[in-house]
Amino acid sequence: MQAVIQATMEFLKLYWAPLLCGLVIVAVLPLVVGYIVLVERKLMADMQARLGPMRVGPHGLLQPIADAVKLLIKEDIIPDNADKLVFWLAPVLSVGAALLSIAGLAIGPAFQIAKDINIGILFVVGVSAMGIFGIVLGGWASNSHYSLMGSLRSSAQLVSYETAAGMALVSGLLLTGTLNIKAIVEAQSKEGIWFVMLAPVAFFIYLVASIAETNRAPFDLPEAESELVAGYMTEFSGFRWSLYFLAEYTNMIVVSSVATTLFLGGWLRPFADVHLFNFLDYVPPLLMIGVAGYCLSRTPKQPSGVQQIFMLAVASLCFVVALVLVAPVVLPIAKPFYAGIHGGFWFIFKVSAYIYFFMWLRFTIPRYRFDQLMRLGWQFLIPLSIVNVLVVGVALIVSSYFNLHGWAMLLVTTPAAIIALVVALMILAAGQESQAGKENAAASDFYAG
Amino acid sequence: MGAGEFGNRERAVKRVAAEPETEGETTLSSEATTENKTLLGADELIINMGPQHPSTHGVLRVKLKLDGERVIGSECIIGYLHRGVEKIGENRTYQQFAPYVDRMDYVAAVSNGLGYCEAIEKLLVVEAPPRARVIRTILTELQRIASHLLWLGTHALDIGALTPLFYCMREREEILKIFEKYCGARLTTHAFRIGGLQYEAYDTLEKDVERFCKDFESRVAEYETLLTQNRIWIGRTKGVGILTAEDAIAFGVTGPVLRASGVKWDLRKAAPYAAYDQYKFEIPVGTTGDTYDRYLVRMEEMRQSRLICLQAIENIPAGPILAKVGKVLKPPPGEVYHAIEAPKGELGYYVVSDGTVQPYRVRIRPPSFINLQAFDRMVRGHLVADVVAIIGTIDIVLGEVDR
Amino acid sequence: MEDRKQAIVTVERGRLAEIALHLRDDEKFDMLSDLTAVDWPKREKRFDVVLNLYSFTKNERLRVKAWAADGEEVPSLVGVWPVANWLEREAFDMFGIVFAGHPGLTRILLPEEWQGYPLRKDYDILQQDTAWVRENLGIESGQ
Repeated sequence: MQAVIQATMEFLKLYWAPLLCGLVIVAVLPLVVGYIVLVERKLMADMQARLGPMRVGPHGLLQPIADAVKLLIKEDIIPDNADKLVFWLAPVLSVGAALLSIAGLAIGPAFQIAKDINIGILFVVGVSAMGIFGIVLGGWASNSHYSLMGSLRSSAQLVSYETAAGMALVSGLLLTGTLNIKAIVEAQSKEGIWFVMLAPVAFFIYLVASIAETNRAPFDLPEAESELVAGYMTEFSGFRWSLYFLAEYTNMIVVSSVATTLFLGGWLRPFADVHLFNFLDYVPPLLMIGVAGYCLSRTPKQPSGVQQIFMLAVASLCFVVALVLVAPVVLPIAKPFYAGIHGGFWFIFKVSAYIYFFMWLRFTIPRYRFDQLMRLGWQFLIPLSIVNVLVVGVALIVSSYFNLHGWAMLLVTTPAAIIALVVALMILAAGQESQAGKENAAASDFYAG
Repeated sequence: MGAGEFGNRERAVKRVAAEPETEGETTLSSEATTENKTLLGADELIINMGPQHPSTHGVLRVKLKLDGERVIGSECIIGYLHRGVEKIGENRTYQQFAPYVDRMDYVAAVSNGLGYCEAIEKLLVVEAPPRARVIRTILTELQRIASHLLWLGTHALDIGALTPLFYCMREREEILKIFEKYCGARLTTHAFRIGGLQYEAYDTLEKDVERFCKDFESRVAEYETLLTQNRIWIGRTKGVGILTAEDAIAFGVTGPVLRASGVKWDLRKAAPYAAYDQYKFEIPVGTTGDTYDRYLVRMEEMRQSRLICLQAIENIPAGPILAKVGKVLKPPPGEVYHAIEAPKGELGYYVVSDGTVQPYRVRIRPPSFINLQAFDRMVRGHLVADVVAIIGTIDIVLGEVDR
Repeated sequence: MEDRKQAIVTVERGRLAEIALHLRDDEKFDMLSDLTAVDWPKREKRFDVVLNLYSFTKNERLRVKAWAADGEEVPSLVGVWPVANWLEREAFDMFGIVFAGHPGLTRILLPEEWQGYPLRKDYDILQQDTAWVRENLGIESGQ
């Protein structure tokens, strides 16, 4: 007994920080996801010439809380012949995988739960892929033919695009030589150039594959409402559904973070080591002051006193954040915190931009049909990603032979990217021809993806 | 649990497929009824898209016979919205029946009213005065635009584009405002009367229509940017639901569906009614008869309707708006068949009069009902995901299908 | 015959199919716009089966009528114009006219088990198949 307690104390002394961070994330993430959903709804409304949630709280800002409360108090309906254990397990698996993969991410140089694991990116991608179990088991446990069909389609889609995403990541990783997340960002800092410039085709492939990975439009056929099968989430109501929902948005955050880390420079400021651009350090605080100023200007226009106070609260919150952001730049005593605070800001900014792009795409373009989706994954993205790995590898060899570094590497990687693009166009053209000729295809089994 | 359950599920599925379908079997084509095994030796699956479904545009029930993912047969079961409008027609006077026709194709009520009023005018052998005819034309063309806008929004939504619906509703709102200013109602307008119009055009009608038409050009261009050259849209609609011209004529299909199949026929040109012979407009024709062509035809029709409106408001003749028909309408015994080009197709009224104040028989030839018959022909060989696109592209309104 | 400048032709019920073929092939009336019926209960052959035909090439309409008594079968025109399929089912549904040779003559707008043919003149405007309503909807008719 004593030994057990002592071992626990040892464990806690070593790992109290990651444990605390983990608890904080699990507690805070649902709220964050709720607000991401609100942002999506407001953005969708803006692009559709309407207003979005406006009633719950000023400008709908308390909508996520209302939604959360509603989901928690909803009746938990379990279909009659559903497999009860698996029914309970499926959403838990999805959410568990998604949250666990957050542990490997580094939001700033100082903030990483699973500190400095050698296999950083592999850990994140691999664990988030375990979420597929949750989807398959969810469709299975619902004991509904449509849910099963939807979940099989969804898992086939995820597995197919996992390969393409992985190969795209490999192209990026060739440029660093390590899977360690901190080392990747430091490599970008060392080279002085973000890897998106050096491997744009890889970034593009990863972008498309990550949209398919998270079941977002235009790849959301398995969960679209206007299709015949309503998807694996149909039979889950209330809290279980909110777990799936949480898993989906957390996956979005995870893939955005992976892309940001590998391609967009992680927590680095644009032109991080160039002193000429040091004025960019003032961009974050100015941005927050701008937001605060906008809130202040809208305060008198609010219809009621409560809303005005709320706006003032939001404005002052933004102002405080601006102060926190400007401190490391101006005050010498706060300088050591510069990397942590500004790094955190830039990382969150880039992840937000990536997620904004996801949302923008969702509202703009129609959905792919399932066979078109699979064709895109297998016949276009995977060959392209393999070719890309080849050309990036060759470009790297050439650049190390000539001892090129940093921006000079663009001289070799740009031709490589152009070659990859040409190959892409060739594949597309070949695809069009075969489509035109292939009118009477026999019934194919799309579950064998 | 485990493997046993999966086995049960498979057997359950097979049981559904092997069960003889009593209502439906007889109407599916012979090749489907005799064989129960498909290409791969697997059993066929019969899936029901029930009357309640987000994408069937009303209470339409579609039974699909599937081989894996491909549709090899289908059957539409209608009648969920049957209200006996034709029977009601025999029990109301001619004027009393006019509001009922709005409720059939409730999306394009003005067109229904136009067809009915013109049919009764033919029966009475009277002609509406020129001013009434021009105003009728303007309102009917606006209604055509509104109907096509609704079609575009919902069709795009079915295929997955979430945004065009809201833009289309924004435009449709302007048209409905004009209707409301004119006759007080937005949807079931009862805008016309037998013999002409009841309401005089309100003072700013011409200005409103002109303002709408000016804005509309750029809006249509906006929808086109979103969809026409979009690879995903083309992928979802090109080659889907092809209906050849011979099939279209054989199945009595009319309207944009027929024109997209290559047959250049529009009742506004073939048998002009209202004031259509005074205006210059084109009839868009498609080539292959697939969903993409139907989309293009309807987009072009919206543009042409706008042109008609612009031409019409330039010159609305002065004069009376109602012909002298008297309060009690007693047409001499006889019958008439009058058809107009409604947004959905040829809307025909076959009215038989026996000399009394109530019609003896009012038969409505519903374009959606007849176009829906071609659904089976269009959907064979396609994937389940295309079924929704094809239902959307025929542009049906169940109120008209079922009456 | 002409009525209000629209041509009407009355034909014998038995020869309807061959006349239809002749009209489609020789006279080029390739589209059947509408097929319906009218009930004249005081006449011996109470039903008027009415076809509205249209010719694309000639841009002409023609109405063809055939008289049928209650219980007499009318040849089906599905082989001539496939559009007649649902139109004849509707005529059967509303009037009870049986079309011989139709591939699947069942009710289309009303439920399968409905008794009665609503558009006949002896079917009252407020009449319903109360047994069906009671059985399937669980309510008493007229509510």
